[in-house]
Amino acid sequence: MRRVVSHPVLGTLTAAREVKIYVDGKEIRAREGEPIAAAVAAAGIRIHRYTAERGEPRGVFCGIGQCTDCVMVVNGVPNVRTCITPVMEGMIVETQHGAGSEDR
Amino acid sequence: MQGVKTRGYPSLQELEIAPGYPSPGRLEKGPVAVIECIEEIPCNPCEQACPQHAITIGKPITNRPHLDEDKCIGCGLCIPRCPGLAIFLVDLTYGQGVATVAFPYEYLPLPEEGQAVQAVNRAGEPVCPGTVIKVQNPKVNDQTPVVTITVPREYAAEVRGIRRIRRER
Amino acid sequence: MRKVDLAIVGAGPAGLAAAIEGAKRGCSTLVLDMNPLPGGQLVKQIHKFFGSQEHRAGTRGIEIAAQLLHQAETEEVEVMLGAEVYAIHDRTLEVAWAFTGDSSTSSSGGGATPPSRHLAIAARRIILATGGAENALNFPGWTLPGVMGAGAAQTMSNVWRVLPGERILMVGAGNVGLIVSYQLLQAGAEVVAVIEAAPRIGGYGVHAAKIRRAGVPILTSHTVVRAEGRTQVEKAVIARVDSSWQPVPGSERELDVDTICIAVGLRPNARLASLAGCCLHYSPRLGGWVPIHNSRMETTIPGIYVAGDLSGVEEASTALEEGRLAGICAASSLGKSNPGDDERIAAIEERLISLRSGPFCQPRQDAKQELIEIGEVQCCKE
Repeated sequence: MRRVVSHPVLGTLTAAREVKIYVDGKEIRAREGEPIAAAVAAAGIRIHRYTAERGEPRGVFCGIGQCTDCVMVVNGVPNVRTCITPVMEGMIVETQHGAGSEDR
Repeated sequence: MQGVKTRGYPSLQELEIAPGYPSPGRLEKGPVAVIECIEEIPCNPCEQACPQHAITIGKPITNRPHLDEDKCIGCGLCIPRCPGLAIFLVDLTYGQGVATVAFPYEYLPLPEEGQAVQAVNRAGEPVCPGTVIKVQNPKVNDQTPVVTITVPREYAAEVRGIRRIRRER
Repeated sequence: MRKVDLAIVGAGPAGLAAAIEGAKRGCSTLVLDMNPLPGGQLVKQIHKFFGSQEHRAGTRGIEIAAQLLHQAETEEVEVMLGAEVYAIHDRTLEVAWAFTGDSSTSSSGGGATPPSRHLAIAARRIILATGGAENALNFPGWTLPGVMGAGAAQTMSNVWRVLPGERILMVGAGNVGLIVSYQLLQAGAEVVAVIEAAPRIGGYGVHAAKIRRAGVPILTSHTVVRAEGRTQVEKAVIARVDSSWQPVPGSERELDVDTICIAVGLRPNARLASLAGCCLHYSPRLGGWVPIHNSRMETTIPGIYVAGDLSGVEEASTALEEGRLAGICAASSLGKSNPGDDERIAAIEERLISLRSGPFCQPRQDAKQELIEIGEVQCCKE
């Protein structure tokens, strides 16, 4: 997905400090202050996790921290709601499988 | 009946009985606001937008806007103030066989003056070619630019916008 | 344990309006919100609001959010972001706080990610303004990445400036579906169609007219049959429905879309209120289960108030007024009032009636009245 750079109401996207995060080992340049979900969407990533039983892909559904569909493993911690968790420099983000830990 | 609740835009029959829609006689006289707000909405900024006090809502706030067509001088100041983007300006007297239609246009890129555009009707269907003669976006419009185009006079009752201009990626 | 006069859960229009009124009356006021930005859903409302000219009608939601935050700051309201209240008992709020460092009204969250810190906050009065949540719609493929709430798409596009998709199918022609469709066009996406299962468009005609003249079809009596795609949405199949809402065989049509937005209504986000012990009432017109409250916005748990979409899904304008009302009443119950508060309350009530008038809103007015009548009986009297 692409950034909305120019906008008739909101104006041109202003520069933000760049924050590097690593998603499944790949470096992604995020905007400071934005949630992980926005950064990965801008990088074209839509699959945040796979379900435990059937291994189905899931992505962002509510985008405001209520549904938990968008959880990923962040800095080793599973079930982090990426839509309300801001990026931080050097953050390690991984696609979550099932409950995100071995003893699921 | 086919109309605003089924097609998503008012039919001419719905408009003709709306209190904000000018009479054919008034349209013939020159530029006039065309208020296509036909439902009872709790909303009234248009009332204070008009320096001529030609638009009345009164109480209750859900009254539909009433246009006093003799007071309206066709200045168009109401267009960007309507949160529903439902006010247009039509001038049937612009030139020989040529009318103008002004409408709010909150998209990028904005058309430029002199640009040839495809005029569309309320359903977004192309009806005729048009030419942009004015693009106004002063601060008071709060990011609701108003675009004025010329069209053949016979299409003025139908034309309510232009085909959006593709942006470059 | 930290102690405050007034703790408010939710920094949207209702919560901020309540906080401002509380703080104006000398209450130490703390607003908690789990999101990284304050303002609730106002921060994605880039359209000009309806309403009365005297009360900021014609102003865009984002500007109203900025004004509220500025006022909150002036009144020394503390807004703690990344702070999720997960339990309330004996007027103590249990909070999981994802941020370290100073909390403030500034929009930058900063600080650490999980694991979060635990905080307990004792509040003399609590106002819950937890807002609403979008309803989901079940159809084959509804869990595929690319199927999302219309509000989620709006947040992505307008707040985080990421286009949620290039080619969009909007399911639902209520105000949310119509407004978000328009805003996705403004952001540069293509809205392939808006479909609506009902035979009539639910939202305001003026919102429908905006997207119609932009060339977007609105198909009433249509539903989404399934979403197709291996790992994400690649296609949608829609069909006409008959008068008993069943798809008409042979009317299926494929749409080439990468995103399906669901705009089939919102429900009050009443989980925390329920956990706190507030009695709920089922009101379809208000979106589902809502906490019972009286005319002072107080619930069946003394000292706990509600406001905004939590107490019935409506508009931001009504949320603001309810927030003000809750803030004034909560402060007053602590003996903190300003001269003229009775008149202020009467004026708010009058504005609420006006905002809930007209054929669109009258059903809500009736439902709200019914809820308050139950509340007057069930909620404690002072």
